Amino acid sequence: MNALTLTSDLAFSKDLVATPAGKLPAHVAAAVTHTHQATAAPLAVAVKAAPMASRQGVASARKYGRLKDILANIAASALPPLVVLAVLLVIWEIAASGPKSGLPPPSRIWAEAGDLIRHPFYVTGPQDIGLGWRVLTSLQRVAIGFSLAAFFGTLLGALVGQSQLAMRGLDPIFQVLRTVPPLAWLPIALAGFRDSNPSAIFVIFITAIWPVIINTAVGIRNIPQDYRNVAKVLRLNPLEFFVRIMIPSAAPYIFTGLRIGVGLSWLAIVAAEMLTGGVGIGFFIWDAWNSSRLSDIVVALLYIGLVGFALDRLVAFAGRIATRGTQAA
Amino acid sequence: MIAPVEPKMHTVSKALLPGRSFLKLDHVDKTFTRGAAVTEVLKDVCLTIEEGEFVSIIGHSGCGKSTMLNLIAGLTPVTSGVVFLEDREVREPGPDRAVVFQNHSLLPWLTVYDNVRMAVDKVFSAVKSKAERHDWTMHNLDLVQIGHAVQKRPSEISGGMKQRVGIARALAMEPKVMLMDEPFGALDALTRAHLQDSVMEIHARLGNTAIMITHDVDEAVLLSDRIVMMTNGPAACIGEILTVDLERPRKRLDLVADPAYIGYREAVLRFLYERHSYVEAA
Repeated sequence: MNALTLTSDLAFSKDLVATPAGKLPAHVAAAVTHTHQATAAPLAVAVKAAPMASRQGVASARKYGRLKDILANIAASALPPLVVLAVLLVIWEIAASGPKSGLPPPSRIWAEAGDLIRHPFYVTGPQDIGLGWRVLTSLQRVAIGFSLAAFFGTLLGALVGQSQLAMRGLDPIFQVLRTVPPLAWLPIALAGFRDSNPSAIFVIFITAIWPVIINTAVGIRNIPQDYRNVAKVLRLNPLEFFVRIMIPSAAPYIFTGLRIGVGLSWLAIVAAEMLTGGVGIGFFIWDAWNSSRLSDIVVALLYIGLVGFALDRLVAFAGRIATRGTQAA
Repeated sequence: MIAPVEPKMHTVSKALLPGRSFLKLDHVDKTFTRGAAVTEVLKDVCLTIEEGEFVSIIGHSGCGKSTMLNLIAGLTPVTSGVVFLEDREVREPGPDRAVVFQNHSLLPWLTVYDNVRMAVDKVFSAVKSKAERHDWTMHNLDLVQIGHAVQKRPSEISGGMKQRVGIARALAMEPKVMLMDEPFGALDALTRAHLQDSVMEIHARLGNTAIMITHDVDEAVLLSDRIVMMTNGPAACIGEILTVDLERPRKRLDLVADPAYIGYREAVLRFLYERHSYVEAA
């Protein structure tokens, strides 16, 4: 039951990262294409049109076949979203160009905040730094909080999945705590740590740990009895069983949990930084709102969306590497 | 023109004589309890198996064959009675009673080699050096003729090959008893015949003790020294034990027309379909 809800969560979070990318200013298209190509290339294998395009490439010229293949793959996967993007930008431009419009059209965003896109890593003062630096600061917090969540989440999940007693004792508590919104933890964390940075990291940790725990537990509970029997016949000790059977067998589930967790962390860090202040991307949005720099906010949203998308892909990729060969024996 | 050979039949005596025996099930009962529902699976099972014997257990579905194997393996505890191996009580699973599982149970994230090596490392960590453990792993993989596919993962090899690896893993533990739970049940007829020949050859070469569960009458007669025939459950027990006195090495094709073979085959079939025909539960 839990796995089911989480899977739909996952699908939802994918939508979340996909949509903001569709709302980019027209002039940004070039910059986006660049990022897009990088992520699109490995994905292209999955696109059905790709093999067809590659067959044509081989037929035309063997020498340039490979290069053509690659270009065709990129075109097949990058063109449709770019067209949609362009259409959306045009609609936005028209809708927001009226004199009473509250939101800036893409052309004004490019004029006002283009610098933020062109120079992500500028430093002109202690509070005036490029969005790239701010994103890195936020990412650093996510890295610490998420790593802790991954480590303790897997251990706790293994405990809950393996022991009936631990499950009876802990599961109800987990089920209640996991519904607490990330930001509700912040005041408690601030009171406990008396510092904003560890508090923000704690919020990441407490947000990301639940899906890891629950998915790991489901994965452990789904270890086939046959593997357990093999372990029993071989008399594996608990540590050997954990390392050699539990973790590899539950790895696909664990990585599903990690993937949901990293998405939630990225959602939570932006919100947490709005409240704690400092250098992160979240605080930048809050600061821009307070000084009515709407264009800056739009650009910041673009950064957040792309980074969140990249994080999701990264964990999915790590999962594919780590669980290679474990599917369908 | 050839008079049918009368197979030797023994109805199992309830009271086994005390004394040394290799493997012994002594008045074993097994009941499963789920809530208020108590299911009696095995009732008063007595069986003695000598070292080097190849024994098949045959019976209809649900008669507790697998349960019996699990009791010997120690994977399920007995409700009452005792299982002795070399006069020591079996209380838990161990590599001295290696199991070949019906669905091979290889670990899909390990290569063929690592699946066997894991067992070798675990069982011989104290007595064999690293190089010796490697050689022993390869030796057992060669024994089941799978030496060429050692670096493949289980998902990349055929069902028959997987089962060979399962057998290699069990053999590599140097078990006192090899327990096989319908080892060829999931295989096609040709692959099955091939693997049966392999198992016969290995058994002849190593002289190991083996207990095999099977549904297949021909398989039981071909491979076994004795065939244990189970009555229908619930509360199944050993109906009869048939001693198969065919000379080894046995050749499948030679046996097809062998009157002794036909007689044994008939005896098992008569037991299964005349005296203990399968009663549909529902």
